[in-house]
Amino acid sequence: MSSLRLLRVGWYLQFKMILRSPFDGVGNVLYPLFFATTAFFVFRAGQSPRTLIYASLGAAVMGMWSSVSTSAGSAMQRERWWGTLELLIAAPRHFSLVMFPATLGLATVGIYNLAATLLWGRFAFGIPLRIAHPLLFALSVLGTVLAFGGLGLLFAVSFVRFRAAWVLGNFFEYPVWLICGFLVPLALLPEWVRPVSWALAPTWGMSAIRESALGGTPVPDLILCLALGVAYVGFAVLVTDRVLYDARGRGTLSLT
Amino acid sequence: MAAIEAHELRRTYRTHTGTIRRKSKEIEAVRGVSFAIEQGELFGLLGPNGAGKTTTIKMLITLLLPTAGSARVLGLDVVKDAREVRKRIGYVFGGERGVYERLSGYDNLRYFAELYGVPPATQKQRIDELLELVGLKGREHERAEGYSRGMKQRLHVARGLLHDPEVLFLDEPTIGLDPVGARELRSTIATLTAAGKTILLTTHYMFEADALCDRIAVISKGEIVAEGTPGDLKRGVEQGSVVEVEVYGVADATIERVRQLEGVVAVSVEEREQAQVLVVQTRADTELTSAILGHLDGGQVGRISRREPTLEDAYVALVTAE
Repeated sequence: MSSLRLLRVGWYLQFKMILRSPFDGVGNVLYPLFFATTAFFVFRAGQSPRTLIYASLGAAVMGMWSSVSTSAGSAMQRERWWGTLELLIAAPRHFSLVMFPATLGLATVGIYNLAATLLWGRFAFGIPLRIAHPLLFALSVLGTVLAFGGLGLLFAVSFVRFRAAWVLGNFFEYPVWLICGFLVPLALLPEWVRPVSWALAPTWGMSAIRESALGGTPVPDLILCLALGVAYVGFAVLVTDRVLYDARGRGTLSLT
Repeated sequence: MAAIEAHELRRTYRTHTGTIRRKSKEIEAVRGVSFAIEQGELFGLLGPNGAGKTTTIKMLITLLLPTAGSARVLGLDVVKDAREVRKRIGYVFGGERGVYERLSGYDNLRYFAELYGVPPATQKQRIDELLELVGLKGREHERAEGYSRGMKQRLHVARGLLHDPEVLFLDEPTIGLDPVGARELRSTIATLTAAGKTILLTTHYMFEADALCDRIAVISKGEIVAEGTPGDLKRGVEQGSVVEVEVYGVADATIERVRQLEGVVAVSVEEREQAQVLVVQTRADTELTSAILGHLDGGQVGRISRREPTLEDAYVALVTAE
């Protein structure tokens, strides 16, 4: 119970801090508009409304992913700059339980990205916004947020050990757009890329969101997305102690 | 059982120089430090910047692994039982970092109350009590970014006490505070000692250690060079005297020549308004005023005075000894 409470309070306070950051705020407002505009211009040649919805949903999840991949690294870096990282580690709670609400908070901002992208597409470019299975769509979005939070946690833990790893967050942003089928179907990618795609929760989250919006069967994709999210969290929990022990040994926790 | 025990603690850092031809170098920050602090005692670890105070504290609060040696807090090993140690200790450091600036003081405390497992039923009452104790009541719902340095420091103290720890580590808690703020904080520390907390305080202010601590260890270049009550340390220098000479610009070579004089215990230079003051501690049986003036090479000299040594002089002598 107390762990759930920590997750809830931690998520709320981290989310509060994100909303109060003017720079993050500007980025979050502008990014979805940029993604939706790009998707529209790339896919308008197709003329089919279905293609445009496909692209619009892809652009929306791109925004969600960008929010997690770039912000998880910078969030950890900020904890270092603020001098709070050592305080979080000096607390008796398991560090993964402390960081998960933070990455989940970042993933939650992604919901706004998703909504803003879809609405911008609808009102600026007339991309129809019809959701075939609204409940499954909502569940798919929620499942994707949770899985992204899990992946963000894995990133965050590695950022504790490798101080410059926050740069990798930016590096992961674009390949995932492609590998996970945000913009183009996986079938168009080379065979050897597919196992990588399958191991990444964003692939299944994207698929679940599209299937639920376009009238397919999202449940298997959603289950896979959540299962991978749980696996990321489990792996992060397992490696956290090792990573922290190593950082304590090297004396890098207080370095910025 | 002692509340805190350190036995031959050592900590080495590896640093690198060069870009293409990278060379690594080992720096010994702490070189075999041992001490024991009894329950309810306020123990001061005194030393200049870079002496190893913070490194020692970070090993005791489980943020750094010792390279060698061992340490126990309330009988628990700081390496093997790190999580259990963390539950029982509080950590407060000086300066403005360590605060979530975008959150209010109250939210900062609420977050750490969760991290330290303070029961929800008592959380609000506990936070209110601590806000009252550190004098932040009435300002707790303002964002911490608008707090003065002193207010942030008091917020740190409240955070460190949230889970009512048995042992407190205070790492230079008054650094950068104005005299009034520092005095208030010292009074809070005295209240905590009266409540039976065991406290390890690091500071480089001798008078602070003198006013608060039951016992003091002076650390210099990673080693403890003296340990005892403030009275013990004072007695170590009571037999000597101190000559203070006001100078206006003094070269390092001159200071070194004065240091080499027979009968000189320690030499330091203090900045006082427009002038510098050369502070020379001498042994009791020596009169060195004219010899010191002779070494100043006819440079501009102001007031010259002679006084009894203080605890601060004892500290300077210990940390500047070769």
